[in-house]
Amino acid sequence: MTEILGEILQVGFFAAILRIATPLILATIGEMFTERGGVLNLGIEGIMLLGSMAGFSAAYFSGSLWLGILAAMAVGALAALLMGFLTVTLGLSQHVSGIGTTLLCTGLAFFLYRLIFGQPSVPPNVEAFQAVPLPLVSKIPVLGPMLFNHFALVYLALLLVPAAAFVLYHTPWGLSLRAVGENPRAADGAGVSVAKMRYQALVLSGMLMGAAGAYLSMAQFNAFTFGVISGRGWVCIALVVFGQWSPWKCLAGALLFGFVDALQLRLQASGVIDIPYQFFLMLPFVLTIVAMGAVSRSATPPAALLVPFRKEER
Amino acid sequence: MIRLRLETRSHTPGWLKLVLPLLAILATLLICAGLVAMAGADVLAAYSKLLLSAVSSRFNFVETLVKAAPIAFTGLAVAVAFRAKFWNIGAEGQLLAGAMAAAFIGGRAALPGWSLVPLMLLCGMAAGAAWALLPALLKTRYRVDDVVTTLLLNFIMFYLMMALVDGPWKDPLSGYPDSPDIRVAAEFPILLGGTRLHLGVLLAFVAAPLVWFLMRRTTLGFNIRAVGENATAARYAGIRIPVVITGTAALSGALAGLAGVGEVGGIHFQVMAGLSPGYGYTGIVIATLALLNPLGVLPAAFFFAVIITGAESMSRATGVPVFLADVFQGVALISMLIAILFTQYRVRVQR
Repeated sequence: MTEILGEILQVGFFAAILRIATPLILATIGEMFTERGGVLNLGIEGIMLLGSMAGFSAAYFSGSLWLGILAAMAVGALAALLMGFLTVTLGLSQHVSGIGTTLLCTGLAFFLYRLIFGQPSVPPNVEAFQAVPLPLVSKIPVLGPMLFNHFALVYLALLLVPAAAFVLYHTPWGLSLRAVGENPRAADGAGVSVAKMRYQALVLSGMLMGAAGAYLSMAQFNAFTFGVISGRGWVCIALVVFGQWSPWKCLAGALLFGFVDALQLRLQASGVIDIPYQFFLMLPFVLTIVAMGAVSRSATPPAALLVPFRKEER
Repeated sequence: MIRLRLETRSHTPGWLKLVLPLLAILATLLICAGLVAMAGADVLAAYSKLLLSAVSSRFNFVETLVKAAPIAFTGLAVAVAFRAKFWNIGAEGQLLAGAMAAAFIGGRAALPGWSLVPLMLLCGMAAGAAWALLPALLKTRYRVDDVVTTLLLNFIMFYLMMALVDGPWKDPLSGYPDSPDIRVAAEFPILLGGTRLHLGVLLAFVAAPLVWFLMRRTTLGFNIRAVGENATAARYAGIRIPVVITGTAALSGALAGLAGVGEVGGIHFQVMAGLSPGYGYTGIVIATLALLNPLGVLPAAFFFAVIITGAESMSRATGVPVFLADVFQGVALISMLIAILFTQYRVRVQR
């Protein structure tokens, strides 16, 4: 037990939590926005993968990591537009549309990566993002290296949470989005375009999911691999439920997942507990399901989630 | 001015249900042609490899049938579950559960040889069903979303399998992370000498009409469809929804489990990392193309087996990445989803 505590109570461990949680924060906040508008975006896993591939490729050829992030966001937005066409314009099943989008994006990511890079013996890589120590505050002992010596994207993800909360609860756009997700008929009557709001939320979610994927292949790692997402997108769907569709609680969920994932990585490396390492890989998924079981009874999703809106039908 | 208008249909003509999947596949071929051209290959040459390799020789045809068996089972599993709107995206994990059970039973030295194959089938079904019951219980007891749990359980089962083949099941001689071979007596009988046409393929052909009968002619099937079509009405009619959801999950998981049993008993004789290249997810595409009709699952499974095997020979001959088959599945699912709209609406031209 003391050995496990020894692994946890280290500055590096807390820094790792934030690093691991960052892509989850980005994608979970994105998913929260679409679900608040009434659309479940199950394309998330595929969009993250395609974003990861597109961002990596753009960075590899342009030499600019930020251009890679932009490319990933653009590709994510395009995939989300497809999702919008299927679920908003055509009103198709959100479940099957999302799985279709994920299958398509996953296939495209594999296909295009092979087309661009072939099958080299050494996978191509990029010079990944470097940590940016914030002036002054990064010099604070303990807290500095824990919180203020990270990739720029980590700070941006943390800033995204209050920004998302502000937009959702304190702007007309956020009010309209919540109205569209709770009672689209009333929102429509009040002059809000349900379709427009849902499209906008979807595009926003796609951009965040794309960025989350790109973070994995350009910051957390320095190359794209086929298994780079391996279920992180699905975890984000669970985190939105766990976070009760609220930005701050979503952040808490992402940090909790980051904690468990960082812990299993530490324990794997330290060999304190001698079991096959696959059990450690399994741990975050098991805890995600347990957490879902704990909160789902009391969770109240947006009332119009999964329900297509057709203006002419009454 | 000519205007197009959508009108709701009162009923769907039968011929439309046959034409729509064909239209969806045609649209998919057209869309994917763009990718083939992007890869710098001659579209017609690549497509003739993709679509005709399967029927170019007797050997290839049988291999395609062999490939169709697991995805027919996962297609049936999804078709049953989606009918009740139980979103089982977990056929992949249930397949692995069935495969692990089969590999375990098939290796038992203490069991009499004749009992191995029937026990593998039974235990594989039980393992798949058990793995599907978990999300069903979480859904009915704790209202946990079934999509998320079935998806996450796929990863858990995969890691569980890898822990086994990397630990207690690791082959001590080769050191490879794959389980010991099952006993010879546990290998599925071959139906056609000199090929890999095994018992599992026959079982898939038999299972489809059986599942159709169960869905159309039995109370359980009626209840499953009633819950899926209108849960509120079903509840007022006295149908106990949690019981039906649980039964659906068990049936769906058992079918997916059989896919895994067939792969172990008829093809690999062991479990390892590459046992299922996403057969569980392909099942969703197949079930959708079959309009959730168990009989339609068979031709749909055969078609996707053609694509999966054809993509490999296309890739060898023309250099188009083999992953075209994955894109194809995604595009086909989306195309079919759009095509299904025409079963509910008709397009009217107004002048």
